[in-house]
Amino acid sequence: MSALRLFPIAAFFVLIAPVAAGLAGVFLPAFGYLPVLGRSALSLDAFADVMAMPGLSRSILLSLGSGLAATAISLLVVTLFVAGWRGTRVFAALERLVSPLLSVPHAAAAFGLAFLIAPSGFLFRLGAEATGLLERPPDLLIVNDRLGIAMTLGLIVKEIPFLLLMTLAALPQTRAGEMERMAASLGYGRIVGFVHTILPALYGQIRLAVLAVLVFSTSVVDVALILGPTTPAPLAVRILTWQQDADLAMHFTAAAGAVLQIGVTILALVIWLIGERLFGFVCRVMALSGWRARADMAMRQLAAFVMALSAAIVLAGLCLLALWSVAGPWRFPDPLPDSFSFSTWMRMPGSIAAAFGHSLMLAGASAILAVVLALGSLEFRARSGRPGPGRALGVLYVPLLVPQIAFLFGLQILFSYLGFDGAFLAVLLVHLVFVFPYVLLSLSDPWWAWDPRYGHAVRALGRSPNVVFWRVRLPMLARPVLTAAALGFAVSIALYLPTLVIGAGRWPTVTTEAVALASGGDPRLIGATALLQALLPFLGFAIAALVAAFLSRNRRLMRAGA
Amino acid sequence: MSTTDSAERGLILRDVTIWLNGGTLLSLDATVRPGEVLTVMGPSGVGKSTLLAFVGGFLGRDFRAEGRVILNGRDITALPPDRRGIGLLFQDALLLPHLSVGGNLMIGLSPDIKGGAARRQAVTAALAEVGLDAFADRDPATLSGGQAARVALMRTLLARPEALMLDEPFSRLDAALREQVRRLVFEEAAKYGLPVLLVTHDPADAEAAGGPIVELG
Repeated sequence: MSALRLFPIAAFFVLIAPVAAGLAGVFLPAFGYLPVLGRSALSLDAFADVMAMPGLSRSILLSLGSGLAATAISLLVVTLFVAGWRGTRVFAALERLVSPLLSVPHAAAAFGLAFLIAPSGFLFRLGAEATGLLERPPDLLIVNDRLGIAMTLGLIVKEIPFLLLMTLAALPQTRAGEMERMAASLGYGRIVGFVHTILPALYGQIRLAVLAVLVFSTSVVDVALILGPTTPAPLAVRILTWQQDADLAMHFTAAAGAVLQIGVTILALVIWLIGERLFGFVCRVMALSGWRARADMAMRQLAAFVMALSAAIVLAGLCLLALWSVAGPWRFPDPLPDSFSFSTWMRMPGSIAAAFGHSLMLAGASAILAVVLALGSLEFRARSGRPGPGRALGVLYVPLLVPQIAFLFGLQILFSYLGFDGAFLAVLLVHLVFVFPYVLLSLSDPWWAWDPRYGHAVRALGRSPNVVFWRVRLPMLARPVLTAAALGFAVSIALYLPTLVIGAGRWPTVTTEAVALASGGDPRLIGATALLQALLPFLGFAIAALVAAFLSRNRRLMRAGA
Repeated sequence: MSTTDSAERGLILRDVTIWLNGGTLLSLDATVRPGEVLTVMGPSGVGKSTLLAFVGGFLGRDFRAEGRVILNGRDITALPPDRRGIGLLFQDALLLPHLSVGGNLMIGLSPDIKGGAARRQAVTAALAEVGLDAFADRDPATLSGGQAARVALMRTLLARPEALMLDEPFSRLDAALREQVRRLVFEEAAKYGLPVLLVTHDPADAEAAGGPIVELG
């Protein structure tokens, strides 16, 4: 028991310490305190510098607007789709199509989207081919548009699979089946019936995840670098450029910018919470009117269409990445390349091979550590007086509810002060900060769904709790444990900012290399690198599935669906 | 009411057969007259709830069904659940925790009753009808089991259904309450002339219903 107690303590440390230290490390220099650089007098000069930056208000509005829009639209699509189609064949089919897209990294999805919608992209090629009107790519700013529409779209297609999976996980706690029948028997159409009877409980369950999406979207960097506006860029991107400036004095500006980013994200959260209240009010008024809204077929079809479209966009993007990576000469209006070759793959720079190795090391190590930490914490909880998920799950969201750019930068300052920046362990630790919450969230449901009577039976035979864990519970939960490990692997592969900021350029991964190519514009190399990035998470899930299948090869009840 | 009229009114289950995975699950041919209770009995697993799902329009994809469901002369077999006009009562009251007791009744109240004052009046009257005057602003979580069951009944009736289906609605209540709630439900159904389809495994329910009994399984 005493050794087991270390696991929840370590888990708590991983979740809280880097965020707390990072925030301290960014607030102090923001107000002029950074003795390493010879400044210890408190001042607001850094904020004055930030405020004087050209186009700052536009950067702030971009972060706010795209973050709120991406969150609201993806939540709306998921809610309407689940409301309109839960329990139908259409639902099952689209669920199977959309779920795997969760593991596509943001950067790969963003590059794919760029290849799809850019003026020289696939859609314009198809249009040009069909109409014969365009000889060359039109001079339009579609990707990197000034309003951030492409960036918002890129966020939406990635957040939809995430919110869909969170919703599916929460539905069993809402008595959805009975509520749906009750609403229908009162004469309600599917969508409004869902909004009245299931959504209130459901939203309570997924609320932290939704807020995490909002925080992420208002401070995203990788998607913004690929699809976002440049003159000016969203706030988080500008903070990153200040932070990477050779002039160390810019550190103060960057720190003040990070504090501003926290303020902008808090403002977005406040606007969101007001929106929640307004929506709740509208729902209660609607309930008073008794409006049945039976004619909702058009709305349901629209929801299914948008859901399918979002999946199609990501899938088409992945295909285009693959196509570009093996494309020979490819003139503009042609929808397909003249010829194919593997020369891009053959002449891949050595830096990308090294990055591939770093990705595997970081993702493998952080996934294993996260699973060990999660299993230890869960087992501690299981042996405690109050087994069950408990309220501690909320702590998992702490690193997801603070803008990455804000605390990572502070952490980097702290690490460099300690001479720890650029160390593999430092990068691994920050990966763990983001990997662990997803691994534990994914493990928690199957862990607590396991019937404890199996354990009681073995204990009654005189065996120790350790025997129950190693010989009974762990083998029986092999499949969810492997899936959680694969999810952790996928999360780590996709991490951009933590790798870049804490790694100090010494641990480039496939993801940081791919995003770095965004400004260069070699579509073949981008295609190959981004495809590599997108395939790595699938590789993780494939290995997990194979191992699970091997372990359960002679055990019918242990196989999927049983 | 003329005889021809009364012959058309009620809930008619004509030559209903339901299959699961190719095997016959149940067959039934029955007419439930307005105000009458048809009790469907049998041990668990014989398809009692499947019958309700078929009549209510919720039958799962694994099932295959034949036969017609006719409600007050209207063939509702192919209609979606929200257009059938059949009110459902479950084992649990399923009151919505985010609304007041009055709000829960408003959700049920038919949209044909328009205007805030008229709607509030209808809800107040419904609460009075089951002895819950002045309960409109209460949190449903503070209600006793019997009170919650009565609110659920009125929510269903306020939607003006043409028939009622009861899925073991009294089984979660303790014995003393069960008797009282049961009587209330049957009285209200009779008052509004609703045909009632009751699924239960409790012989006392069937006896209290006083109508025809079908044994499945």
